[in-house]
Order: sequence, then C-alpha cells, then structure tokens
Amino acid sequence: MQGDGETVRTPDQPLVDVDGLVKLFPIAGNVFRKPSGFVHAVDGVSFRIERGESLGLVGESGCGKTTVGKLLVKLLEPTSGSIAFRFTDAGGADIPGGRVDPSTLKGRQLRDFRRQVQLIFQDPYESMNPRRTIYDTIAEPVSVQGIGSALDRVDRVAEILSLVGLTPPSAFLFRYPHELSGGQRQRVAIARALILEPSLVVADEPTSMLDVSSRTGIMSLMQELASGLGVAYLYITHDLAVARYMCDRIAVMYMGKIVEMAETEELLRNPLHPYTRALLSAVPVPDPGHHRPPPAISGEVTAPVDPPARCRFYDRCPLATRSCETSPHPPVEEKARGHVVACYEA
Amino acid sequence: MRSWSTRSPAPGASPEPRGGGLGGGRLRLLQARARLALRSFRSGMAVFLESRLGLLSLLTIGVFALMAVAHPILMGTVWDADTYDPVTGYAFDATEQPAPPSWKHPLGTDPLGRDVLSQLLSSTRSEFALGITAALVTVTIATTVGAVSAYYGGLVDSFFMRFADLVIALPSISLLIVLSALFDLSLFYLALVIGVLGGFGGTAIVLKSQALSIKVKPFIEAARMAGGGQFQIIFVHIVPNLLPLSLLYMMFTVTSAIFAEAVLSFLGLLDIRMSWGIMIHTANAGGYLLSGTKYWWLVFPAGASITLLCSAFYLAGRALDEVVNPRLSRRDG
Repeated sequence: MQGDGETVRTPDQPLVDVDGLVKLFPIAGNVFRKPSGFVHAVDGVSFRIERGESLGLVGESGCGKTTVGKLLVKLLEPTSGSIAFRFTDAGGADIPGGRVDPSTLKGRQLRDFRRQVQLIFQDPYESMNPRRTIYDTIAEPVSVQGIGSALDRVDRVAEILSLVGLTPPSAFLFRYPHELSGGQRQRVAIARALILEPSLVVADEPTSMLDVSSRTGIMSLMQELASGLGVAYLYITHDLAVARYMCDRIAVMYMGKIVEMAETEELLRNPLHPYTRALLSAVPVPDPGHHRPPPAISGEVTAPVDPPARCRFYDRCPLATRSCETSPHPPVEEKARGHVVACYEA
Repeated sequence: MRSWSTRSPAPGASPEPRGGGLGGGRLRLLQARARLALRSFRSGMAVFLESRLGLLSLLTIGVFALMAVAHPILMGTVWDADTYDPVTGYAFDATEQPAPPSWKHPLGTDPLGRDVLSQLLSSTRSEFALGITAALVTVTIATTVGAVSAYYGGLVDSFFMRFADLVIALPSISLLIVLSALFDLSLFYLALVIGVLGGFGGTAIVLKSQALSIKVKPFIEAARMAGGGQFQIIFVHIVPNLLPLSLLYMMFTVTSAIFAEAVLSFLGLLDIRMSWGIMIHTANAGGYLLSGTKYWWLVFPAGASITLLCSAFYLAGRALDEVVNPRLSRRDG
C-alpha cells in the first residue's frame, strides 16, 4: 500500500505526545480578589498515544481524568505543559500542518484541529441540543466545517447512522433526541464524533450513564469502529473492567498525577502501585459467595487544593515510610518494559 | 472501512438504497422539516388549548382580528365615507350629537358626530399593528442582548445589564410623555420606543438568565467540538432554546404596548388618526367622561376593548407559559 518506506510510524512519532501537563483552577478568584488557592486538577501528566491505539485513563471521581480529556481537545487551556499532535493521512504520511500544538490554535486552524480530535460526552441526555433533530446534530460538524453540499450530508449522515447500528437511518434522521433511548443517543454521539473521521477520539465515560444492558453494545461498537476507521481513543473511565475490555494500555490517575501506566494485561496481572492494587481489589466479582478482603487503603480522596509536595497518595498508602513523607512526589520510573510507576516502595 | 466517505457521491451509484431512500433531494429535506414543524406546532397547540385560558384568549383575539378585517369591508360596501369615516365623517341624520345608539349607528355617535362603531373597528387594526410591532422589536432585541451577554459575560454582560437596570428605573410612561412633547410620535415610532424600552429592559434580563442556564449545557461544548464559532453557538444553539420564552414575553409586550398607547392617546400626546385612547380622549374633552352612564357609548366600547384585548394577550401569554415551561406542564415534554 505504502509508496515509500519513510512513512512507517516509529515510536518517536506518536499521535499525541503530552508532556508535563498542568491545569490549576483558582478558587473564589475574581477581578477584585486574589484566588484563595488552586485546585491542582491535573498536575504534571505525561503520556503518549500511538496511532490507532486506545489508552485507558482510570481513576476515582475528581482525580482529574475528565480535565485531561478536555485539555486534549482544547475545551480547556492548560496552565503549563505541552501537547503535541502529529496528524497523518490514512497511509501514515505526514499531512501539511500535521504537527499541531493545540494551545496555539485559532480560527481556521482550530477548526482544522477539530476535524482530527473529537470528544464523546459522558451524558447522552445533555450533550445534544433538544431542539435539533438527529440529522442536525450529526451533520453539525460537517456543515460547520463546510464539507459537501446539504444533500451529500443527508446521505453521509444516513450512512454513518447505519454504521453505528441505528437502522434504518430514515427512522432516526428526523427525530429529536428525547425520542431516543440512552443507548441510541450515545450511538448518535459516537456518530457525531466519527463523521469527521478524526484521528483521536476522547471518550469521557461514554457508557457510565447507560443501562448495563446497552453498555456492551456501545463498547463493542466503539471497538469495531476503532479498528475499522483507525481511530485512537483516550478512553476515560472509572471502571477497570471497561478499561480492560476497551484499551491497549491503561494509565491510573490519582489526584492529578498518573501513578502507574502499562499494557492492559501487564497492569492487571502485575499491579505495582498500591493504589492500582486497591482499585483492582475493588472490582466486583460475580460470585455471591465471594468474600471481599478489607480494602488495603483507608480514607477518601481529598480535593487536591494546594497539596503538599510529598507523594499524593501518602495519606492513604499502606506502604508509606518515613522517607516518603519527606521526599517529593515520586518520579515516574520504568520498572518493567513499558510499565511505569510513580512510587518509591513499589 | 474508511471507504464510506470516499465513495463517489454520485446519487444512485451504490447498489443499496442510499440513506434508506432519503437521497430524494432538497425537497425531501424541506418536507421533513415542514412535517416536524407542523407536528411540534400541533402538540404545542394541543397543550395551549387544553387550558381554558388559552382557548378563551385565542377566541377573544380572534374576534378582535375579525373586527379589524371588518372595517375596510364595511367602508367599501355599506358605509359611505361622508357619514362613516372614523375621523372626518358626520352623521347628518342625527338631530343632536352625541347621538345614542340607533339602527344606523349601532354604537351611537361621538360629540363631533362621528360613528363610534366605525371608530372602534378602525382602531382595532392599528392596535394590532402597534402591539405586534412593539412585541417583535422587544423580542428581537431582548433575545439577542440576552444571548450575547450570557455568552460573552464580563464587560459586555455588565454593560447590557447595567443598561437594563437604567431602562427599568426610567418611568416609561413619563418618558413617553416627554418624548411625545419633543417629537411627533406616530404609531410606528411609538411601537419602536416601547419595543426598545422593553427589549433592553426587564425582558433582556429574564432571557439572559435563561441563556446562562443554556450556555453551560454540554451541547454547547459539543458545538464547540464540532468547530462551531461564536455565531453558530449563539444563534443556532442558544437563541432557539430561548425562543419559547421570548414568545411568552412577546405576548406580555403586546399588552403593555396597547396599554401605553391608550394612556398617551388619552392624554392627547400622540400623532394618531384614531385609536381607542383617542375615543376616550374625545369624550373627555367634550366633558362627557364624568357624566356617569348617560353617555356610556362614548366610553364603554373603547374602554372594554382596551381591557379585553390587553387581558387576552396577557392570558395567551400565561397559557403559552404552560406550553413552554415544562415545570408547569402536566404532560411529559
């Protein structure tokens, strides 16, 4: 297929390279008063996503995983750190203007960026304008981008509707979101995200608001489409089982930091960070006789308001030592091939 | 799989029915939209008419609309201009003016010998024109101001909201009196002034607060993700969600416009040929207003019309509120 050998992707050229991403939210700050503190929502996060790869971002509520997603798609601006995209055409060759730092984008360039990076929202009920039809909702990216004529768009929307399993498309095109079930709406949301054929889709807990019965359908649909269209995912979830099903690699976040990241099976078989272990032990087991051991960690995740410099997990960590208290947050180290952990004791 | 978009766009090229048979053209697209609009209009109408108020107000407005239509028809057929013109006519058949109701003049004549029914009917049209113009101006301004200041916030918001406070603080009738003293206020300019006052005043604040709650919905972020700019977000996503509430305030504006016109005409401050307010003004100028019920036909028809039409639009607004506001509606939105 490929005409020249130069275009083969190398590990040095991932689709996304995130380095030291920081997002601070000021508390009670306005024009007249200085903020009383900062929520360190995302605090020095680095990761890469290869083309067509799906990376799971796992963590409790409030650990900053959604913020990472929004930073990546430029719904939020990072406080510091860098994001570098490298978009290519279907064959893997560079396209003009394919190297993108989203923080510098404006106007026309930003609109081009939106063609490459899309977001699937968590809430299928609130993420669609209730006064616009399914056709309007799905066609919006295409029409805003000015692709094709109005008539092409009807065909294109119909095609993608059948692609996401809403058949026959004519039964859905001119309906309103409130006439659809949650699972159907999330399929519409997927269609809207994919109609521009993006390189990366950030999926922000796309199944968490759905019935268990429609979850698997949505997940297998997303996987099919990923392998079919070559889309890379950043899959944000709090459910390790979902991440295992969906993702090639998993990154575990805690209070704005990535504490462990590895290939899915490696992470699940050989968790090194105490927090990852605690998360794994909390995964429900479908056996009524199963007796769950008491959790290894105590307490709750606290709001990361101006946290102390030491390890973020120190207060809840079963392995914590004296030196953990006095040392700064542990750096990310590669303990095994492709398996990185931020812990002194692991 | 990426092929689905790279396929040739020639219609009918692919073997399977494209779009489930929806490739039929622009007409189909328009038809589908028209059907949807009709359906939502019907379901809204059903809720509207379910409330007695809605039905009653609609009937009242309908009767007044018929009156407005009736005047030119009557003037063209049975009424001759010399006798029945609302401004220049004179009832030569009556022995004294004002004459009480008779077969020739069902509502009698005024102190200047003009037919009261003809005056009443001819005024209806201008009242409608005034009310609807003022309401359209109000709603256009208020919706835009509300959406824009909610979307941008900051300085833009502060400016429009402080301006709204200023407009609310102005006593509007007194302001209109001053304006009419300074300028020749015709019906159209009066409608414009009332519309602008309403549009920048309270209605803008109400619509802005509604726009704020729309602005934070995830579908606004979704529109940004689609690549939509400010224009797309404000006018495609925020404004359509404001329209039901705008429509409601349009009804209330009609009421206040008709009322303001009546007050100003009564005070003789408007440059208008004929209106319900002028009819009462004429009765007052002749000294008939305080003479009790003896000359009732000079005051009662015009006064009742003002009251009825104002309350009909107000009640229509209340019934519309039930359609628009899901919390008041007894059925599932």
